[in-house]
Amino acid sequence: MTSALSIDRLEVIFDRFRALKGVSLEVQSGESFGLVGESGSGKSTLLRAIAGLAPAASGTITVNGKKLGVRRDKAFYREVQMVFQDPYGSLHPRQTVDRLLQEPLAIHGFADGEKRIIRALDEVGLGTGFRFRYAHQLSGGQRQRVAIARALILEPSILLLDEPTSALDASVQAEVLNLLEEVRRRRKLTFLMVSHDLAIITHMCERLMVMQNGEAVENLTADDLVQRHVTKDYTRNLLRASDGFVRA
Amino acid sequence: MSALLDVENLRVTFPTRTGLIEAVRGVSFSLGRERLGIVGESGSGKSQTGRAIMGLTPPQAEVTARTLAFDGIDLLAASPRDRRALRGKRIAMILQDPKYSLDPVMSIGRQIVETLRTHERVSRAEARDRAFAMLEAVQIRDPSRVFDLHPHEVSGGMGQRAMIAMMLIAGPEMMIADEPTSALDVTVQLDVLGILDRLVSERGMGLIFISHDLRLVSSFCDRVIVMYAGKVVEQLKASELGRAQHPYTRGLLNCMPKIGTDRHPLPVLDRKPEWAA
Repeated sequence: MTSALSIDRLEVIFDRFRALKGVSLEVQSGESFGLVGESGSGKSTLLRAIAGLAPAASGTITVNGKKLGVRRDKAFYREVQMVFQDPYGSLHPRQTVDRLLQEPLAIHGFADGEKRIIRALDEVGLGTGFRFRYAHQLSGGQRQRVAIARALILEPSILLLDEPTSALDASVQAEVLNLLEEVRRRRKLTFLMVSHDLAIITHMCERLMVMQNGEAVENLTADDLVQRHVTKDYTRNLLRASDGFVRA
Repeated sequence: MSALLDVENLRVTFPTRTGLIEAVRGVSFSLGRERLGIVGESGSGKSQTGRAIMGLTPPQAEVTARTLAFDGIDLLAASPRDRRALRGKRIAMILQDPKYSLDPVMSIGRQIVETLRTHERVSRAEARDRAFAMLEAVQIRDPSRVFDLHPHEVSGGMGQRAMIAMMLIAGPEMMIADEPTSALDVTVQLDVLGILDRLVSERGMGLIFISHDLRLVSSFCDRVIVMYAGKVVEQLKASELGRAQHPYTRGLLNCMPKIGTDRHPLPVLDRKPEWAA
């Protein structure tokens, strides 16, 4: 297996605050990898640093064997796309779905836009009836489907998912998770997924990394987590917390 | 058991450009000195139910009910002045996100003292002492420091504890908690729930716990009401959640991923129009 994404001692510093303290990570091609931790653990920062949205102070990021520089070129975004947490904030409020989906196609100079838009909407289960609607006319789940369609339209090989369902109701969350699994299987995508919910990560990912205060706590397989083979107290606490409230 | 709160056929209606929207459509339940959970998805009317009881429905909306009584007081007939006296004193409410529900330009201590002095005649020094005691009761280790901090200087968990302290300082008999832990990290969530649980049972309060998380609610509450499209579709004891009858309740329980079960794809809700009927 080849590695799709390889991160070596990555540091991200905001002013003087070290948000990421030398994190290393290896994600194989076709794998689904999870990042868990509490807020402020640096899991989203790691994702954003890969996408070029957070400044890397040192360390290297390698995507499909190619080392990334400070600036990301177009070819990078053909390979790597991101889906954000809040579907209410990540879609342009004054653009129709059609316009939203056209943007990446125009940037990358695709000629067969029409066909791709129809196919992308079909793929995320929306259908062309949604093509000329605005984001405010859609429910949260439908918006997140549009965001996924926008990410998929360039046919990337890697998807960065930043809490893609935490703003959604549980029933809608199930639909979106199913959709993500389906497109991953169909297109043999590599996922790097951030969530604070251990149950979602064990459901979606084969391997995961637990993070705290900008550092990796431990690397586990989803199976380890299910069998509760964890070595660090921090992970044990997270596991206990996800079991729900127990009266003392 | 005499009920603390009686709700019968509660309706909340919002006028919109496209006609009337009924957010709550005939909800009935009663609350004793117990923990009652109200669960539902966004738009199910669970928050509007809580707000109607508290008297915080937006002015353009209309609230009607056959009965809406707190300790024998008819809330719909009560004057705004009487309701103000109840609100904060005998009925308190905790909101979802301390970042938005605390006053950003007032220190935490002053906000707590303000609540107390609105409802009781106490000296400045005594109010301060009681605020310290309350901050200690919500397990804030250094009350004198937190007292002088502003909301943006504390973490979400700390802010929510301050909120609980503020709500409990006047000694309410009933508390409405609207998604009190949804904005918090999972581990912090449990701390806050633990504090809430202890204080509610120590003081013998009635608690209405509004949440979208059916599993969390069932682990915390004695009884659960499940709402869908403004109506109660099922009421049951939290311990008997596994025996839920309504397909919506069962669907909500099933659709969440769980550690240790391997279900691909996840079961999704197959919404039936008759649920909303």
